[in-house]
Amino acid sequence: MQQTTLDITRIRKDFPILKREVNGNPLVYLDNAATSQTPKPVIDTIVGYYSNYNANIHRGVHTLAQEATDAYEKARIKIQNFFNAAKAHEILFTSGTTHSINIVANGFSSFLTKGDEVLVSAMEHHSNIVPWQMLCERTGASLKVIPMNPEGELLMQEFKGMLSDNTKLVVCNHVSNALGTINPIKVIISEAHAVGAAVLIDGAQAAPHIKVDVQELNVDFYTASAHKLCGPTGVGMLYGKEEWLTKLPPYQGGGEMIAEVTFEKTTYAGLPHKFEAGTPNICGGIAFGAALDYIKNIGIEAIAQYEHELLTYATDRLLSIEGVKIYGTSQEKTAVISFNIKGIHPYDIGTLLDKMGIAVRTGHHCAQPIMDYFKIPGTIRASFSFYNTKEEIDRFIDGVVKAKQMLS
Amino acid sequence: MSIQEIQQNIVDEFSMFDDWMQRYEYMIDLGKSLPLIEEKYKTEDNIIKGCQSKVWVHAELEDDKLVFTADSDAIITKGIIAILIRAFSHQKPQDIIDADTHFIDEIGLKEHLSPTRANGLVSMIKQLKLYAVAYQTQLN
Repeated sequence: MQQTTLDITRIRKDFPILKREVNGNPLVYLDNAATSQTPKPVIDTIVGYYSNYNANIHRGVHTLAQEATDAYEKARIKIQNFFNAAKAHEILFTSGTTHSINIVANGFSSFLTKGDEVLVSAMEHHSNIVPWQMLCERTGASLKVIPMNPEGELLMQEFKGMLSDNTKLVVCNHVSNALGTINPIKVIISEAHAVGAAVLIDGAQAAPHIKVDVQELNVDFYTASAHKLCGPTGVGMLYGKEEWLTKLPPYQGGGEMIAEVTFEKTTYAGLPHKFEAGTPNICGGIAFGAALDYIKNIGIEAIAQYEHELLTYATDRLLSIEGVKIYGTSQEKTAVISFNIKGIHPYDIGTLLDKMGIAVRTGHHCAQPIMDYFKIPGTIRASFSFYNTKEEIDRFIDGVVKAKQMLS
Repeated sequence: MSIQEIQQNIVDEFSMFDDWMQRYEYMIDLGKSLPLIEEKYKTEDNIIKGCQSKVWVHAELEDDKLVFTADSDAIITKGIIAILIRAFSHQKPQDIIDADTHFIDEIGLKEHLSPTRANGLVSMIKQLKLYAVAYQTQLN
């Protein structure tokens, strides 16, 4: 396999947190699917905002307000470019993927009635299940589940069979947070469109790792969270095709989202402001832009290639440990390994790894239906980022071996 | 032995270890000696909420003392509940209610005391004390 051209040693220097110790050991951070770490340029952007031009946006006539507004709107364009959206106003700032999904799920309350169907995949995060269940409860529409196989791949024939004139929405993640599977969303989108259904893709786990082009995908809605993309928490984005965002009613009422307000009637502002009521996370939005600059600088293709190298290396080493079972074995995967060791509870392994300074996730990863499918209480999940190294994977593997010895 | 004396014994035992690995190995061993809950008591009601692993606890009054049995599907959790039960079992409910649990700190398990910790040590202590309160009310 081709070795990475990335200078990982130099990249690691950008992340102050990677220098810290946990329980007396240098930190090995392998919980990137939960949140990514923050590089210096993003931290500097946050400090810079509050030090130099903290002001409320879109309203003030003074210099600070103008500078903050410019920076915020520039960030929107950075997001537009990163995802290759056709127009900047097709990008809405949200508090994160969960918020993005809820905007669409609430908006669709006006479009669905009894007899309509919403298809959701079997490998969704709870945040891409519950809002749709709530939508179905409100409207009388029914929720149908696209099944998967033991490798953690969606059954595409079954999916095609489920589509009908009643299908109004298809929702699916681009990459599964618990399994790492990269779903064939291009096919899903075109098949759904063929029966006139809209498609929302949860891109929270995809955007940090693989190239996303919303125009090429021809997707109606796409979501992402800044904090998984080296940005801060509490900010994210919803991409929506202009025609959909125009049709969709606003989610929250308030300032900023109006054109004119009288006590008799309010007319709404145009896009994107219709969906951005209230003072947003201004600093977060600007820092989100800085994070995308940082990732763009490294190059998403180079990131994808290097992370695949890490995935292959870690998978091979992990499988050499007796009793390891990996959940999610699709050929198309990002650098996420969900696994268990025979006879050992994932929580035990996670606790001992933490004592060794190794951060992994244990539990159901907010995807209980997947755990139910495999009939397990949870898994240990190691998820890698471009700043991880093979040496760290070695420490992780040594840690798993040691933990297994202690627990057997 | 009083709760305090037992806790001191546990602290003394743990003080023999130099590093976390020995402490955890000992805790895992203690888990193996846990007085196991009868299968029939492994009900949904007896599960302690707030743990990533499952923990069941049952309490019964023997004369005027409370006897605990428990189990967990995770070994470390089993060790933690075993330590708690060793300190609290065969004690009068009022003494359990009054007992402090400072010894957890002293045996190097402080990190497990955080209420946000997924293993639910805090929930376990609370549950044991709730049993004590319930039985104390019965004794009154």
